[in-house]
Amino acid sequence: MSTTAPIVEMTNISITFPGVKALDDVSFRMFPGEVHSLMGENGAGKSTLIKALTGVYRPDSGTTLLDGRPVTFASTAAAQDAGISTVYQEVNLLPNLTVTENIVLGREPRRAGRIDWAACRAHAAEVLTRMGIDIDPGSLLSSHSLAVQQLVAIARATSINATVLILDEPTSSLDADEVKELFRIIRKLKDDGVAILFVSHFLDQVYEISDRLTVLRNGRFEGEYLTNELLRIDLVQKMIGKEITVLDALEKRSSDDAEDTQESDIPAIIEAQGLGRRGAVHPADISVLEGEVVGFAGLLGSGRSELARLLTGIDRSDSGTISFAGSPVKFRTPRRALSDRVVYASEDRRAEGILGELSIRDNIILALQADRGWFRPLSAKRRNELVDSYISTLGIKPANPDALVRTLSGGNQQKVLLARWLAIAPRLLVLDEPTRGIDVGAKAEIQKLVVNLAENGMGVIYISAELDEVLRLSHRVAVMRDRRLVAVLDNDTLTTDDVLAVIAEGQDLEDAS
Amino acid sequence: MTLLKRITSSKLFWPIAMLLALLVIDVIAFPGFFTIQIREGALYGSVIDILRNGSPTLMIAIGMTLVIATQGIDLSVGSVCAIAGAVAAAIILGSPNPDSVGTTIVAIGTAIAVSLVLGIWNGALVAVIGIQPIVATLILMTAGRGIAMLITKGQIITVSSDAFRYLGSGVIFGVPFAVVAAAVTVAFAGLLTRRTALGLFIESTGINARASRMAGIRARGLLILVYVFCALCSAVAGLILTSSQTAADANNTGLFIELDAILAVVIGGTSLMGGRYSLWGTVVGALVIQTLVTTVYTVGIPPIVTMVFKAAVVAAVCLLQSPKTAEYLNAWRRRRVLRTEVAAS
Repeated sequence: MSTTAPIVEMTNISITFPGVKALDDVSFRMFPGEVHSLMGENGAGKSTLIKALTGVYRPDSGTTLLDGRPVTFASTAAAQDAGISTVYQEVNLLPNLTVTENIVLGREPRRAGRIDWAACRAHAAEVLTRMGIDIDPGSLLSSHSLAVQQLVAIARATSINATVLILDEPTSSLDADEVKELFRIIRKLKDDGVAILFVSHFLDQVYEISDRLTVLRNGRFEGEYLTNELLRIDLVQKMIGKEITVLDALEKRSSDDAEDTQESDIPAIIEAQGLGRRGAVHPADISVLEGEVVGFAGLLGSGRSELARLLTGIDRSDSGTISFAGSPVKFRTPRRALSDRVVYASEDRRAEGILGELSIRDNIILALQADRGWFRPLSAKRRNELVDSYISTLGIKPANPDALVRTLSGGNQQKVLLARWLAIAPRLLVLDEPTRGIDVGAKAEIQKLVVNLAENGMGVIYISAELDEVLRLSHRVAVMRDRRLVAVLDNDTLTTDDVLAVIAEGQDLEDAS
Repeated sequence: MTLLKRITSSKLFWPIAMLLALLVIDVIAFPGFFTIQIREGALYGSVIDILRNGSPTLMIAIGMTLVIATQGIDLSVGSVCAIAGAVAAAIILGSPNPDSVGTTIVAIGTAIAVSLVLGIWNGALVAVIGIQPIVATLILMTAGRGIAMLITKGQIITVSSDAFRYLGSGVIFGVPFAVVAAAVTVAFAGLLTRRTALGLFIESTGINARASRMAGIRARGLLILVYVFCALCSAVAGLILTSSQTAADANNTGLFIELDAILAVVIGGTSLMGGRYSLWGTVVGALVIQTLVTTVYTVGIPPIVTMVFKAAVVAAVCLLQSPKTAEYLNAWRRRRVLRTEVAAS
């Protein structure tokens, strides 16, 4: 492999967005007949790099060589003409057209100015046969599963004789068999000499299919490695960027030991058995005790949010049972879970949290009011007392209850949401990435609050990509990998190393707990 | 300056300015415009005419405001008007005792009951089945006229009941019944949504349905409720229209009234994107539309071009209210302040 010249060679690429250096001096190579995985956590710069390669963004500095010649792409079309094709996560095809039409769309063979349908069909059939996809080219695209549509998208991408094929999260909505089929086709394209860029959050898949890895972190180049020469644990460490030596010492609280000795006496607030949902999370057993903080660790896409959403009625589970405070319950809707004061605070503040056009006051009282029903409004006095007390205890700025929430900073929006949930006195509070995108001071305040809440008997599930944050706060850590709960670890002497090892390898450490 | 700024930055500023401008035109064209006389215990005058003739539109616009606040729209209001009128007229026609108050009450009650069913139908299509509101209510908009035709058997039914006629031409303390009904509708909607938490839930659902669901709001019941309320408003408006025409006309009762109602909501500053709504804005909006029609007559513009005139006013209000205009105005103000500062230094 190393004897051939790279087909793509990007060197010292930098891209700056207003206020952010999205890519900082990044280099990246792809070789013909090789599958290359681009690795990194959210915000590492993966998609920015892909967009720089496909002509969506123009780099501020750096050079891109394609087959040894310097290129700059003014548009995605220009990149495509040069042989770089991209298949995005969401299938970008037209479901109401036939498979043939989708494959030839925009470059139909013509005869005397009119589309030569016979040639179109022949071309589509040839492409499909070459890839070993056995479907009727005349059928409607929408009549096929998402997986097959994905394959058609790849067929379309390769039918223009692409030398470079970019697959962005191609497996995120496929099941195991479908992934196998996709990999068969990737290997076939690889044998034909196509350079393939494979982006996925699933480590197993990356290790199965890739020959080479490039790791990015915070917009910087971490390194390029041959897959079989890099241990998973090293990869995860490079992605997350924590050196074992610089990790903070665990803040052990004295109360922990007291609780540990009488753990069997503490009742579970929530206990789930075999809770799962096809395509989202494999069935998992998980419980949270009163006054306990359970951390969910795992890479992005590992299913940590998905499992929490099943527990709290945001998404509906299709297997398993939940028992709440000792009696079986079915949380079919958030409303139902909230009536038992089980709360899920979403990681997506904008889409699933704040109501930007409403005031701080309305945002805070919303859940409590929804619980009381529309006909029993809180009195103005009660409302103001409640809102004022949360504004002062959480330090929400501005301290004006009439300010519109959309005008607040991210940290203050997060505090408003916390106030909304705390107002209904939750018994189980799931915080999904509560400290993402907020400043350090607010982060510390929120973490302190979590500790206080748990000491007062609330059960807390704390989900975060920041491992040391999870370890600092949690009594137990549930580790997820590839949509599976792989271990629940007691956080006595746990180090980030231990957790990283489980995230990387999925070793069965359940007996350790 | 600050007071002026506070007034001009109010959401109701442009609609009210437009209303005042129209009234000024009216007074210039017809000096006796604001004269109100009392004849036979009833108030008479151009202003009273505007209020009375604008009442059905206003009532529907109030229902429409709540629907639009949930990110919806109800195109079927005109058809509901026609159905309500047809039901009442058919009952009165078929009754042995058409002039009695009892018959009229039964007729009105039945018409309102039918409208509740129609509202549930609209609400269910939107909230349970999940059809886009514009499509869901288009079904009843189209089918509704046919249903009204079936009820009237394709005839225009003349209603000769004295009791029923009260809806369109009766007066309470000199004020036309229709105006009182519209005022009650506004007050009821205001109390219902602002004195309870309903308004908050409607706005939050309209701003972000997903976040609202996760905060525990049941959108389904809420949506059905607003469509039912809108249908109820339409039915009352339809009964008043039928009564003042003294006939149920399946084809023409409430024709295009959905457009006027939507216009009133938009002029009043409630965004078609849903979310925050203003009932007072809608009141002003409905008055602007009705005053406009009156102005066209008063000034002597041929009625044929009323629609063009209406369109011009609506375009003007929308332009003035748009965020872009606000941006330009602010930039202009800043430049002027800068210029005075530079001149002073």
